[in-house]
Amino acid sequence: MWDTIFPYLLSGVSVGGQYALIAIGYTMVYGILRLINFAHGDVFMVAGIIMVYLAASGLPLWLCIPLVLLATVLVGFTIERVAYKPLRNAPRMSVMISAIGVSYTLQNLVLYITGGLNKQYPTIPWISDTIAIGAAKTKVVTVVTPFLVILLVVALVLLINKTKIGMAMRAVSKDFETSRLMGIKINQVISCTFIIGSFLAGVGSILFFTNYPTVIQTSGAMPGLKAFVAAVFGGIGSIPGAVIGAFIIGIMENIIKGLDVILFKLGIISAPMGLATFSDAFTFALLIIILIVKPTGLFGEKVTDKV
Amino acid sequence: MSEAVKNQQVLKLENITMQFGGVVAINNLSLEVNQGEIVALIGPNGAGKTTAFNCITGVYEPTNGIVYFHGEPIAVNHPQGKMVKQYGGINGDLYKDRKPVVHTPDKITQMGIARTFQNIRLFKSQTVFDNVLIGTHLRRTSNVLTATFRLNAKEEKANREKTAKLLEIVGLADVAGELATSLPYGKQRRLEIARALATDPTLLLLDEPAAGMNPQETDELGEFIVSIKNQFDLTVFMIEHHMNLVMEISDRIYVLDFGKQIAEGTPEEIQKNPVVIAAYLGVDEE
Amino acid sequence: MNQKKSKKPMIITFALVAAIYIAVFIAEQTMPATSMLFTVLKKGAVYALVAVSMNLLNGFTGIFSLGQAGFMLVGAYAYGIFTIPVAQRASVYQYFDGGAVQFTVPIVVAMILAGLAAAFFAFLIGLPVLRLKSDYLAIATLGFAEIIRAIFQWNGLGPITNGSNMLRAFPNFNDFNITDASGNVTVYLSTLIPFIMAGVCIALIVLLINSSYGRAFKAIRDDEVAAEAMGINLAHHKRLAFCISSFFAGVGGAMLAMYQTTVQAKSFTSAMTYEILLIVVIGGIGSVTGSVFSSFLFVACSEWWLRFLDEKQIIGDFEVPLLRTGFRMVVFSVIIMIVVLFFRRGIMGDKELPDLLSRREKKRRGALK
Repeated sequence: MWDTIFPYLLSGVSVGGQYALIAIGYTMVYGILRLINFAHGDVFMVAGIIMVYLAASGLPLWLCIPLVLLATVLVGFTIERVAYKPLRNAPRMSVMISAIGVSYTLQNLVLYITGGLNKQYPTIPWISDTIAIGAAKTKVVTVVTPFLVILLVVALVLLINKTKIGMAMRAVSKDFETSRLMGIKINQVISCTFIIGSFLAGVGSILFFTNYPTVIQTSGAMPGLKAFVAAVFGGIGSIPGAVIGAFIIGIMENIIKGLDVILFKLGIISAPMGLATFSDAFTFALLIIILIVKPTGLFGEKVTDKV
Repeated sequence: MSEAVKNQQVLKLENITMQFGGVVAINNLSLEVNQGEIVALIGPNGAGKTTAFNCITGVYEPTNGIVYFHGEPIAVNHPQGKMVKQYGGINGDLYKDRKPVVHTPDKITQMGIARTFQNIRLFKSQTVFDNVLIGTHLRRTSNVLTATFRLNAKEEKANREKTAKLLEIVGLADVAGELATSLPYGKQRRLEIARALATDPTLLLLDEPAAGMNPQETDELGEFIVSIKNQFDLTVFMIEHHMNLVMEISDRIYVLDFGKQIAEGTPEEIQKNPVVIAAYLGVDEE
Repeated sequence: MNQKKSKKPMIITFALVAAIYIAVFIAEQTMPATSMLFTVLKKGAVYALVAVSMNLLNGFTGIFSLGQAGFMLVGAYAYGIFTIPVAQRASVYQYFDGGAVQFTVPIVVAMILAGLAAAFFAFLIGLPVLRLKSDYLAIATLGFAEIIRAIFQWNGLGPITNGSNMLRAFPNFNDFNITDASGNVTVYLSTLIPFIMAGVCIALIVLLINSSYGRAFKAIRDDEVAAEAMGINLAHHKRLAFCISSFFAGVGGAMLAMYQTTVQAKSFTSAMTYEILLIVVIGGIGSVTGSVFSSFLFVACSEWWLRFLDEKQIIGDFEVPLLRTGFRMVVFSVIIMIVVLFFRRGIMGDKELPDLLSRREKKRRGALK
């Protein structure tokens, strides 16, 4: 039975880690701006597309990777400056609508550039190589992802807890107005948040598309949504929460994908029931359950409103 | 409770304690308001006055104690769950065996308690007329279908006439078609009171109705409150900081400090009460 | 005090609307049936209804829900399931032995069922979701829409929904054309009918908005705490707004099915909801007139007027750069971003057509400046 489940567990951990890198961006932005950055998933997708075109232009991969990360950071930074900063004093709904507008724009832009054709992600040496773990065959990236994620998260937590900019970020997410009055350079803090989030999304895209090498303008929608669910599940504003949430979602999603096979091999069902279609729906069911039972998420804090 | 008392007593708070997490905002508050009275609740800022209002109107569920309205308990609670250990007030065991009673604020308003707010909460996108008209919605007999198909024409007409009359009484008839937020501050406060009156209350809770008004406006407000109390046969319970207004129109006054009642009496009694003076002015450090 | 509003703006509005209906009818008899105009009018009418239903919820009651596509899906499928002619079921439901439903109901009945089905789903979903804060409510409704999509695509329910296959062969707008004995069309009604359907529904929504309940919805949007203090039960009214909005989204879904002539669950994505939301924002949150204008504008631009941007243009020997398939949507997206950033109140803000026509309104606006 372990042999049956293990491959799904493995891919679950891998995709979970990739979701985690995206989820961190969501949770950080929400923590500071109370904004659900609907466009974040599309930034992830844009990172993938940029890699495709850079690689196709003949540049060596060791140059492409840092360029992609730089470009992704630029995209994230620009989006914040152009579409969110002007609306900082507007009602919350306006900024969310702007985020939806950015998402729509990015998808249409990529659709235009690619002509709607599926693009193949370049094969990055070493992480695309197949290795065997136990009885399962998988790519090296599957194994590398969780370790890389943990490394990056530790670095991020250190940054947030031990540096001045990190302290500023914590202050702003606790109390935006007071932080501003205390002289914290809000624009810097916000830009920093978007830069970090976009950087991590860029890293995540390299790992993700090495695993699932087809890139198309809608590639960011589902991972983005799931990463957001992970952030809410873990407690919006909590980085460790987002990471744990992402791994849980990644694992559960893959187990459900394989549920037909697993149950069949275990003799519980006699024929496949097509349960894989529910793997996405499961993530949303999880979201709804957590919103009802504990809306602040696993590690979130309660906030009371004054009347 | 005897019939005679039931008819006379409109509002009664019995051992009300309100605790948020570890902070005790109101500590064992008991008070009564009787039919036809104007009773004031005063005290330094942060004493817990608006919290008391919120406990009465159902915005908060009191941690302990009972709120009676016309003799009926409209809010009953005792420390439960985590609060049992955290409870920082007294009399926590008094109501242990009573079943908790809680109502949403709209239900409390339906029972006949209407309120205004410390920071004016008018319906920003709507006209003066519509703001008051909305106050009549809760007494409707129509449902969404009959209302949509205009089968409730008679009720709608009656509500509109009632609204027009209320606006005349408060002196806002000439601005009925204006956006509520375009009115000057003093008129907005009167509009909020008109809106509360549209709900047909028997008890009116006013939260700092004179806030931001100059002495002349405050005087006019005082006369206004007395006149609507008589006209609509109301009982008034108000929070106020303008001492002139309080002393002028109140029948009785309760004084709150740090969530506890420190004094009760007529305006004359309160004015001379040393505990009240100390709370407001502080004690000389000599 | 002059409470009486002049009736003139209302009369002019009615006259305008009547004139538009007559113009549509005449146009259909006189212009070639394949003209892009009719595509825009039909699709515009469908989107107008859905946009107004979304505005009822998001704009008038202040409930930021992103579940529209899910309710449209329920309505579209309910309509299709109940109107596919029995004779065609075997071929449509070819993988599911002809399907479980073997009867049909009249079109109008099916449309009402579509609305009721969507409203029912809304009722169930609303129970947990309406208590949530605005951002979370948005994501929860989005999530539910995705769950509904997964359920309708599941082959396990194939005998009813046809699983991942499309529904087709149900009555569409062209079936309303009156034909003579030899099958030629004598009276074209395929554009007027959706106009009438959408018109009736939108009229009902307008009646609701101007009723006591509509005022209660707006009160909830303006200040929930004050609304509750004035005796308005929040849970009940939010549920009402949610279910009624979804009812009309369901009817809109049925109309979409009739327009597209086929429906497939997988096309009802969150992108569809986003489009409707953008239409509502451009038209003006809280303006029915705005949503209607904006829907036709949106459809006209995306389907018709900006089409030239998708074609290669050669002037003399010079090929104009950038113009190829997909450029239209890019330009469109940028225009939307400009509206969202600089014209947040949209075309109409929260005004309706009669307001624009009313002189008193103009005077008041002048006085406020």
